[in-house]
Amino acid sequence: MLADEALLDRLQRAAFGYFEHNINPRNGLVADTSRDNSPVSIAVVGFALSAYPVAVERGWMARDEALRRSLAALRFFRDSDQSGSPTATGYRGFYYHFLDIHSGARVWQSELSMIDTALLIAGALTAAMYFSADSADETELRALADFLYRRIDWRWSQDDGETIRQGWKPECGFLHYGWEGYSEAIVLYVLAMGSPSHPISGDCYRAWTATYQWENLYDHDYLYAGPLFVHHFSHAWLDLRGIRDRFMREKRADYFENSRRAVLIQREYAWRNPHEFDGYDENGWGLSACDGPSDEQLGLANEPRRLFGYAARGVPYGPDDGTLSPSAVLSSLPFAPDLALAAVRNLLLRYPEMLNDDRLASSVNPSLRGADGKAWVSAGHYGLDQGIVLMMIENHRSGLPWKLMRGCSYLRDGLRVAGFRGGWLLASAPGGAH
Amino acid sequence: MSPPPTPPTTPQDVYERERLAHVHPETWRNPTPAERYQLVIVGAGPAGLAAAELAAALGARVALIERHLLGGTCLNNGCVPSKTLIRTARLYADMRDARRYGAQAPADIPVDFAAAMERVRRIRSHLGGGDSVRKLAAAGVDVFFGNMQFTGADTLTVNDEKLCFDKAIIATGARPHIPDIAGLREAGCLTNANVFNLTELPRRLLVIGGGPLGCELAQAFSRLGAQVTIVQDKPLFLEREERDAAQMLSDAFARDGIEVRLNTRVTAVRVVNGEKLIDMVSDDYHSTIAVDVILTGVGRLPNVEGLNLEAAGVSLTHAGGITVDDHLRTANPRIFAAGDVCLQQQYTATATASAHIAVRNALFGGRQRLSDLIVPWCTYTDPEIAHVGLYVREANRQGIPVKTFTIPLHEIDRAVTDSEQGGFVKIHVRERSDEILGATIVALHAGSMINEITLAMVAGIGLRTLSRVVHAYPTQGEAIRCAADAWNRTRLTPRIRARLRRWLSR
Repeated sequence: MLADEALLDRLQRAAFGYFEHNINPRNGLVADTSRDNSPVSIAVVGFALSAYPVAVERGWMARDEALRRSLAALRFFRDSDQSGSPTATGYRGFYYHFLDIHSGARVWQSELSMIDTALLIAGALTAAMYFSADSADETELRALADFLYRRIDWRWSQDDGETIRQGWKPECGFLHYGWEGYSEAIVLYVLAMGSPSHPISGDCYRAWTATYQWENLYDHDYLYAGPLFVHHFSHAWLDLRGIRDRFMREKRADYFENSRRAVLIQREYAWRNPHEFDGYDENGWGLSACDGPSDEQLGLANEPRRLFGYAARGVPYGPDDGTLSPSAVLSSLPFAPDLALAAVRNLLLRYPEMLNDDRLASSVNPSLRGADGKAWVSAGHYGLDQGIVLMMIENHRSGLPWKLMRGCSYLRDGLRVAGFRGGWLLASAPGGAH
Repeated sequence: MSPPPTPPTTPQDVYERERLAHVHPETWRNPTPAERYQLVIVGAGPAGLAAAELAAALGARVALIERHLLGGTCLNNGCVPSKTLIRTARLYADMRDARRYGAQAPADIPVDFAAAMERVRRIRSHLGGGDSVRKLAAAGVDVFFGNMQFTGADTLTVNDEKLCFDKAIIATGARPHIPDIAGLREAGCLTNANVFNLTELPRRLLVIGGGPLGCELAQAFSRLGAQVTIVQDKPLFLEREERDAAQMLSDAFARDGIEVRLNTRVTAVRVVNGEKLIDMVSDDYHSTIAVDVILTGVGRLPNVEGLNLEAAGVSLTHAGGITVDDHLRTANPRIFAAGDVCLQQQYTATATASAHIAVRNALFGGRQRLSDLIVPWCTYTDPEIAHVGLYVREANRQGIPVKTFTIPLHEIDRAVTDSEQGGFVKIHVRERSDEILGATIVALHAGSMINEITLAMVAGIGLRTLSRVVHAYPTQGEAIRCAADAWNRTRLTPRIRARLRRWLSR
């Protein structure tokens, strides 16, 4: 059996392989999934930009190659069509969620996405913090990241409302999906509040946090959100250990501790297994946003379950169709290392079919078995899964992404406007060099 | 343009004749008015009837005026018929779902819609007897049927007969609002006011509006065999309720086979070859569906027309309802209002409770406040969604630190034995105390379960006491005690635990 460190290294290296193999090197854009004809997801590009520094430090990619790829992506976004037309790439500094991998034009009539733009720009800022040399290329990279960040009109994205809207389309304007309750959006709000050019106010953050629910579930107090990825994504870039906003001060906790409790609750739920699915127990958990078996199974007669495709599965109210996300388990590593490792090892042992090229599939459903007796496994790989796995393993191993972003004055300013105090924020002066 | 189709009328059967005999007998002759009434009540829905019964019991000289039928919306085309129909619909759903309970599903389950509606009329007629004209008259209430108008600050007329009053309560209720959608009136639509007159099941039904009424009837008609589409212009159903509850309802609708269209607006209705074509838009997605019947449930309008309120010095809000203060007094200190005509919360329980406040304040110069009322409400879908008190977002906005004790029903034996795990009890307490601020329950009988929380809130009982209340086992109500137990366990901080350990190992 591989030692923990060797196992993590292998999984992390394989996750990085996703970004090596699914990129258009001409423009630095990365596909959403490894499936044929997959478009680009701008969030996955953000993860790629964050992954290159890790790969350089771990010796998986030469610095100049990482720099070249990062520059290609940032130059593409700088030069992209920002007219907001139905076939543009973006508008007001934001970008459409899905783009053509060759032309970079909007596809699938996707929305201009605030959260996905935030994940992209978090990646750009990570690259800017890492490539700090005085060379012409690295200087250009930092200027590009700064330009792209300052170009985003965060205030516009409020649509005169109290909080940031989820999306916009040229065909109909702002989308009307509700976005209440705790979500992965802390990084979005922090970036929006830290902006030197179009900042939103702290009131906006407070209006969002007013929709939070602090719940006691299975004897754990936590800030409730059902799907596990919600408890991970902002933490890929933000070191939220020991720093607290007003809400967390009142609750005498912090977001990092909260994610740990979310893991305990997921584990407890799977152990209780209310819907009696196969493979759920103390080491079989991970309900999160992931692919699912519905497309393959809809034609089956007498299928008693209701199966979902790509959906944000959550605890305790579902949806729960027996599908688990191994990458959500692995991404819990910084918060609950022992529990996450035990569960990942267990899943790998039970369902070796979920590992392909050493990379984790998006999801596994042990209740659905094929003729060969193997569990249903999502085909191919998803960039978001590989990105969050790579980042969270690195945060667990070396803390490099956190360290880089603690140095980013924009994020520090954003955190302060949000009301975060204490911990490492105390030690860093307001403002300062970016 | 052809005139709008005539809405269905109530079948004139034995039950209908019996109902009318209770709530508006053909042979009724209005009494000769007394010289002066201590209290005149305008409108005989739940608020008006409750006010009349209380005032008469207190010994006041009371007149009750009704334009149409005693019982109002609740009895005639609201809670009573809808809950009756929902029960039949649930039976059909259970029959189809028999395998879930280890039972054999009948091979063929034909729906007898006419029988279901006949049961509605029978039960409505039976319950109408409880508030019949004769019972009211026997209790000493002078009941007048007819059109009423105020003629001064303390006078009014009913069919030109003059009545003088010391105090009056306006309880004329509200009626369905027909949304302003191009082509809707021409195509014709049903509301709660006439949907219970149907005798044939519509094959394809469109429900506009995802509030309590729209949700309840969409599910009921779906279970009775109609192909139902429900359109709601918000991201979730029941927009006031908390997200998890509304999401559970969406999931339940999907299981029932209802086509759910959230974030969607109906832009136009067209009639082509006898079919109603519904044009809809959701952000940038335009679509059209064909239906046979449209039901709307998108809000209600207060009934204030024709009352000549100006003569009485009673003023209206921007929304068109009667302006009242927290004591339910209108701009005319002699006149009070109660129920849907003046309240935002349009529930029968609120109407009745507000009527009691209005009577006490009117007759005895009381200072009871509407804002002191703790009123639970419930949407009677499957599962039911019940709420009382504050929502978390309200507490957050008011700066009240709040913590929620959540018990998923899969933790409760009786919910599991009944295969009804899809639900929860959430009790919101003031942080670091056991004071209950509010609760939401999603369960098959959430409406009944919420009463325990309401009792606790009214009596000032906290979770500490609730945890001492032995609940019958196994019942779904145990979820409330489980939440209280969870609260109790949070008192066992590591320091107290250590102290206990030391004491136990003396």
